[in-house]
Amino acid sequence: MTNEFDINNTFDPDSENQAPKVSKEVATKLPTPAKGVDHYLRRTDTDPKAAKRAERQVAAFFGASSLFTLIFVVSFFAIPRETKIAVSLIGVTSAQNIVLGTSFGLAILFIGIGAIHWAKKLMPDVEMVQERKEMKPSDEVQQEALDAFRVGATESGVGQRKLIRRSLLGALALFPLPFVVMLRDLGPAPKGELRKTAWQEDLHIVTDITYAKIRPEDIPVGNLISAMPENILEIQEEEGNLNERGKSAILLVRMRPEDIKSQQGPDWDYQGIVAYSKICTHVGCPIALYEQRTHHLLCPCHQSTFDLADSGQPIFGPAARRLPQLAITVDEEGYLIARQGFQEPIGPSFWERGA
Amino acid sequence: MSNTTANKKTPAAYNYVDSRVGFSAALKRNLRKVFPDHWSFMLGEIALYSFIILLLTGTFLTLWYKPSMTEVIYNGSYIPLKGIPMSEAYASTLEISFDVRGGMLIRQIHHWAALFFIAAMVVHLLRVFFTGAYRKPREFNWLLGLGLLTLGLLAGFSGYSLPDDLLSGVGLKIASGIVQALPVIGTWALYFLFGGEFPGTEVISRLYSIHILLLPGAILALVTAHLLLVWTQKHTQYPGPGRTEKNVVGYPLLPVYTAKAGGFFFIVFGVTTLLGALVTINPIWLYGPYTPDQVTAGSQPDWYIGFLEGSLRVMPAIEFNIFNTWTFSPNVLIPALILPGLMFALMGAYPFLESWITGDKREHNLLDRPRNAPTRTALGTMSLSFYILLWIGGGNDIVAMAFNMSINAITWFMRVALIVVPPLVFIITRRICLGLQRNDLDKLLHGKETGRILRLPEGGFVEVHSPVSEAELPKLLARETYPVWELPQKVDANGIKTPKYRRQLMKAKLSAWWTKGDLPIPTMKEIQSGQHHAHEALEQAHEFGVEPGKEEIVTSTNH
Repeated sequence: MTNEFDINNTFDPDSENQAPKVSKEVATKLPTPAKGVDHYLRRTDTDPKAAKRAERQVAAFFGASSLFTLIFVVSFFAIPRETKIAVSLIGVTSAQNIVLGTSFGLAILFIGIGAIHWAKKLMPDVEMVQERKEMKPSDEVQQEALDAFRVGATESGVGQRKLIRRSLLGALALFPLPFVVMLRDLGPAPKGELRKTAWQEDLHIVTDITYAKIRPEDIPVGNLISAMPENILEIQEEEGNLNERGKSAILLVRMRPEDIKSQQGPDWDYQGIVAYSKICTHVGCPIALYEQRTHHLLCPCHQSTFDLADSGQPIFGPAARRLPQLAITVDEEGYLIARQGFQEPIGPSFWERGA
Repeated sequence: MSNTTANKKTPAAYNYVDSRVGFSAALKRNLRKVFPDHWSFMLGEIALYSFIILLLTGTFLTLWYKPSMTEVIYNGSYIPLKGIPMSEAYASTLEISFDVRGGMLIRQIHHWAALFFIAAMVVHLLRVFFTGAYRKPREFNWLLGLGLLTLGLLAGFSGYSLPDDLLSGVGLKIASGIVQALPVIGTWALYFLFGGEFPGTEVISRLYSIHILLLPGAILALVTAHLLLVWTQKHTQYPGPGRTEKNVVGYPLLPVYTAKAGGFFFIVFGVTTLLGALVTINPIWLYGPYTPDQVTAGSQPDWYIGFLEGSLRVMPAIEFNIFNTWTFSPNVLIPALILPGLMFALMGAYPFLESWITGDKREHNLLDRPRNAPTRTALGTMSLSFYILLWIGGGNDIVAMAFNMSINAITWFMRVALIVVPPLVFIITRRICLGLQRNDLDKLLHGKETGRILRLPEGGFVEVHSPVSEAELPKLLARETYPVWELPQKVDANGIKTPKYRRQLMKAKLSAWWTKGDLPIPTMKEIQSGQHHAHEALEQAHEFGVEPGKEEIVTSTNH
């Protein structure tokens, strides 16, 4: 027994491979019960009554599974879709969904419970032992495999006939090219669209829900309004996508004029109303959380914080650039309009953006 | 008992198939194949079963889901959204949820299974790491596993985006912002992915083909290779009585392992289904359709993207302008691409680095106890602490709300903690491991503490130790030590430069660091005498009328 444990456990790097080799016959032998492993008899091993009881339990689990499958099928047709039930902890919910899900879940679960109960109570629980063989085949087998390859390679002549080899390699290297080339039409070439928005001189500012024009007096001090250019719906219709919506969204905020510390241009506000791009300069989430008292605007995605009283400068978080400001004024009827387009690209950085 | 079966007739159907396929030899070899039993070996099973559940439920979802961004006006049975314009993708997801009987259930099972799939892979990875199961001959399987995790993350994200609801749309917008930030190719990559600017009308159908064809196909291929290797290499086992590097001890494939593993599939499936029935996950109908000018506060990705969300959030705002012409954004690139790239690269390289440092090129089929590889264990917990901190950072707004704390303070704490905490965790873990090793060594050399103090007739006191039980002995004896490589000389005595001097120097230093604090392995003689003393003390205790306790007495100690 003493020598069963090899405790010369200091690894000797000079012997490359210490795992002893096991012959093929041993490795493919059927497993035998392991020696030296504790084994206790279960009640089901010694008491035929207990075994019979376990058998009935397993069958009961499988039977319960069948029952729940039938419940599923019946309720699928029997319970109307609109029926609601109140379930504690869940609340009022679709009766059909609850019954279908629970019956299906239990039908599946009971198969599992039955199978494992069967294995644990009735199948032999004697641990078996099987020999392993080293992953590396014997040197002879390795040599034979390599020889076979060499013979094949020589017969093909791929080594000597350089012309064939090189032309084949060339052809193989080129043939996937059509697949790569075709990927070119995944998207159009960029034409500076990331720099542009729909905003331009004299375009009315409208709310982003009712698309109504906005008068300065509609915005009380401290309020924030999400807004769009007046032609946003036409553009969406024309382009058939929401791209412009993701670029032209702005925020209008009214603060007391004396609270404004700086702006991106002289008098770009109108009576304390400032307009900033709603798209975060970090990775482009729309920014929505405004703190009245500090005039700080917080992006809910990564918490970049911008000071709208101070040119929209970033004051916290991962955004490195200010929010672009839109210069605004009113038209002769007193509606808010843009004085010009954005003077810098809105939204997240891109390589060609520059300063 | 097998003699009786030998005389039985071959069933005709079996013979019919076997004469055409010839599988008898393979069946003979494999039907009684032995699998070791341990709860931690079920983690990989959970991942595999979740994947099967994903394939089944996913196929059902494709029967009704429409991967299209064409705008439609919703007219289904979910009243709050009636008459609202939305993409066909979102409308069809609502249809699955509210108008297809059992559709909600299937959708929810699919989502829960996806969360479990990745969670099980991550915990399985940790088990494999901390027990050193990735060592030779299993390095390739470690790499395959990392590939599966990567594909799983991509599959999760691409599937998450398909309903085209407001929450997932924001996630896609963030992804577009990251793509856009790529140096040189960013804008082109964005246009290629989205068919133009964000969001365009292409991305959902492209993600769909990636999600239901490319990624599951690739995962299936890798899973197959992963399992084939497990099969041919045979599963690792923990050290224990009768278990050696050369054998595998456990239960035969037929019947016990089949019943247990097969039954476990139904358990996993059943639990996932019950969760899908009873616990709401991803209620897309509450978020509304995606529109790029809106966002919900407190938006969170699925858990497995949390660490990336965290790295994006805590990264300081660093951005450069190159010659005022090009914009370079480390504030996006480092947290979103470089960091995860580095994490996966380090994980992939780890088994090879470790075996290079220790010089260990042997096959290992017995698992390490984490305490017996203190540096590895410490590296693992260190990395884990880094990951968890990132993950918490990804929920900094939730933390701020829950504990009424300043979000700025939490973010700053995370920035500092990400640098300070992991090294501390490393040091503490290694100390704990070495402490546990000492305890093991104590048991080997002096026996186990029984907590019984004896007063000797002369008046002195002794504590009674009992010998280690035979079941525990193999565990305690399993520890190995590794050599510290000698520091190389830059030039030898003959003035010839040592080849690869720098590499050798690094290896020597790393091996010193790797084995720092290792306790010596006791000799068999020391152990025997220790156990012998414990045995004697116990007998002495018995003489004084103290019960020896239940511990089995080691019979292997030669008197």
